[in-house]
Amino acid sequence: MTATAETAAGTFAARSGGSRQLAGTGTLLRFALRRDRVLIPVWVGVNALMVLSMPGTIKGLYGTAAERADLMRQMETNSSLRALVGPVFDDGLGALTAWRVGLYAGALAAVMSLLIVVRHTRDEEESGRQEVVASGMVGRRAPLTAALLAAAVANAVLALLIAVGLAGQGAVGASALGLGVAGVGMLFATMAAIVAQLTESARLARGLTAAVLGGAFVLRAAGDSATDDGSSVLTWVSPLGWLENLRAFADERWWVPLLIAGATVAQGAVAYGLAGRRDLGMSFLPTRPGPAAGRLRTAGALAWRLQRGGVLGWSIGFFAAGVVYGGMTEGAADLVGDNEQAREIIERMGGQAGLTDAFVSAMVGMLGLIASLYVVASVLRLGGEETSGRAEPVLAGAVGRLRWAAGHLVIAFGGAALIMLLAGLGFAAGYGQDFGAILGACLVQLPAVWVIGGAAVLLHGLLPRAAVAAWAVAGAVLLLGWVGPALDVPQTVLDVSPYGHLPKLPGGEMSWSPVLVLVLIAGALVGAGLVGLRRRDLT
Amino acid sequence: MTKAISVSGLHKSFGRTHALDGLDLEVETGEVHGFLGPNGAGKSTTIRVLLGLLRADAGAAQVLGRDPWADAVEAHRRIAYVPGDVTLWRNLSGGEVIDLYGRLRGGLDTRRRAELVERFELDPTKKGRTYSKGNRQKVALVAAFASDVDLLILDEPTSGLDPLMEEVFQRCVEEERERGRTVLLSSHILSEVEELCDRVSIIRKGRTVESGSLADLRHLTRTSVTAELAGAPNGLTRLPGVHDLDVQGHRVRLQVDTDKLDAVLRSLSETGVRSLTSTPPTLEELFLRHYQATDETESGAEVTAR
Repeated sequence: MTATAETAAGTFAARSGGSRQLAGTGTLLRFALRRDRVLIPVWVGVNALMVLSMPGTIKGLYGTAAERADLMRQMETNSSLRALVGPVFDDGLGALTAWRVGLYAGALAAVMSLLIVVRHTRDEEESGRQEVVASGMVGRRAPLTAALLAAAVANAVLALLIAVGLAGQGAVGASALGLGVAGVGMLFATMAAIVAQLTESARLARGLTAAVLGGAFVLRAAGDSATDDGSSVLTWVSPLGWLENLRAFADERWWVPLLIAGATVAQGAVAYGLAGRRDLGMSFLPTRPGPAAGRLRTAGALAWRLQRGGVLGWSIGFFAAGVVYGGMTEGAADLVGDNEQAREIIERMGGQAGLTDAFVSAMVGMLGLIASLYVVASVLRLGGEETSGRAEPVLAGAVGRLRWAAGHLVIAFGGAALIMLLAGLGFAAGYGQDFGAILGACLVQLPAVWVIGGAAVLLHGLLPRAAVAAWAVAGAVLLLGWVGPALDVPQTVLDVSPYGHLPKLPGGEMSWSPVLVLVLIAGALVGAGLVGLRRRDLT
Repeated sequence: MTKAISVSGLHKSFGRTHALDGLDLEVETGEVHGFLGPNGAGKSTTIRVLLGLLRADAGAAQVLGRDPWADAVEAHRRIAYVPGDVTLWRNLSGGEVIDLYGRLRGGLDTRRRAELVERFELDPTKKGRTYSKGNRQKVALVAAFASDVDLLILDEPTSGLDPLMEEVFQRCVEEERERGRTVLLSSHILSEVEELCDRVSIIRKGRTVESGSLADLRHLTRTSVTAELAGAPNGLTRLPGVHDLDVQGHRVRLQVDTDKLDAVLRSLSETGVRSLTSTPPTLEELFLRHYQATDETESGAEVTAR
């Protein structure tokens, strides 16, 4: 470096490790895209498919302009409906599409992005694989850059698919929606990049970022229930609220994408600053020493010790979500009274007759669907313990495989009951009445959650290498539950999801037979999975 | 004496790979048994079958008189296992893991645990993620040696230990032998095997190619002889078992099958010996001979294995 090049930028580069901070980014990016050659196309494809199939469905449901105008009026006057999907800004097909799936598309893009980023940053460091990579011609910030670029590629393709696919509804609106969805994706990509610098555990990094996304979801709902034009402070605090306030297909506000881009760049800068100043594999949170002697006596105690953090996090999240949703429920019915058309709209979202009941039912159903993610994550800890080699010394002790698995399964299935119970308690506390009915509505979700958990046990027991497919099961059920009814998916397809068979509580008839059948199915799946686990080789 | 481990004709395939192809293994109670073979020979697969983690496709196996698959839990009560690559839970301390492993076996001798922690210079309060490879290995070793068990299965347990700790490890294994425990030691460190093992089994490509005491095995290999003679050597080429004969004037260098050494020495002393060096086969030579995967050694091994 010559003396004349000693500019401010030059000294900064020298101080933070030289100008070769990004060396090897291209190679790493190609490598990342190669590793994600299935992950990215599946996430992008499912997301785009969901968005692009929406205009046709809306046309089927609200065929005439008069019907659509009516829908819009409903949304303006009904806070509970807005809490579910946000306000409608225009009664065109494009605007209604953006209204109905925009939030979900943004949330899906966010999950995809955070998974990609953590996978190529903290995961690599935690596993120790990064060490050899970093010993090569690889700059200190290259892995983070490659991870963010991989996320950018995925989001760009998604944006392009949406912009081109919806161009028939108006090219400008389609571009705005694509840009907004991809922007939210990148916003969470850079957020994950920061969190990945702060924690040593990839699991924790994913969990914390996903918790922020969950918070964004709940805040947006709370804000929209308070105002009919997305102008609430709560909505503006949530990145998903930004996406809504972009108003695609309804006189777009082009400064909102700029806001998203600005926040993304700011977060990226923070992540970059942290990444360059940190030791490989370490975090900014120091490790405390542990006890010299242990009190863990059994495989079950070990399972609890490993999973208790996750159970705690999910418990807090579900209780908080319950309180917020419960608070929104209050007075929902009073605002508009029991209105035939509003009920119909909510029924299409999976609710039940009677406006308040329908709202509670839809919200509880949503929490039930999300609980399937908990149960899958918890069951798959078995697979994680097994493939990491940590299960081997435990099973080389006097611990039967069933006993070992039971420790984790009790936490998975019991924990699902716990978080649904807490969601119910929070909901009832927030709403302040109908205590028993709301608790019942939450607990009646459990058989369906358990069936998903049972599917995960079965996969782990019989096809351990394909156990991650349990995430696909949970994801498919989630999508069916969220947008299936709106998409007018044939009933036979909806019936595949165990959630479709649950009695719609509160408000609907309680029927025990589907509940019992689902419990039996879950039991059979778990049983078959355990038989498989006992017979097969450990991987 | 009863057998601690008795395996015969063990077969195990993973897809098209035949990891074990009729493996035999006999370990007497109370002995330290070396388990050797090149990488990928099937040592770890065998150990995982003995622990009931894998189910054998064919063949019989007994560990402490029990079926390792059907009776796994009861057998494991009396077994301590140390894998070659110890992975720990990142947020559990080493001490917690030691105690957990001990309780999952027959129990832990707390006095011995404290003593071993001291001897291995292990800090049990550190979390799993902060240990180096050698220290993770120590966690598993302390748990194994402090456990109240009859059989220790150690799969390359000292990879990552420094020479001082290697020393501690060897003394611990000797103590185990004195207490009448059985040890199955898979290792690539030949000095360790030579120091510790009463008997060894060498496997290659999923089969046992040699089994016996080290003295027995030495007998099957060549001794190198260098001699300074009084006159020109005579008739050495005609002797059976002589290889790589190199004569330069009165100086002779040759390799001879150890069981044919006698005839060679007689022939040399007939000529008159000024000086003589005879080097027994080193362990390295012994193993190289068995590890090398040429057809010649393969058929030779077949014969000697009988």
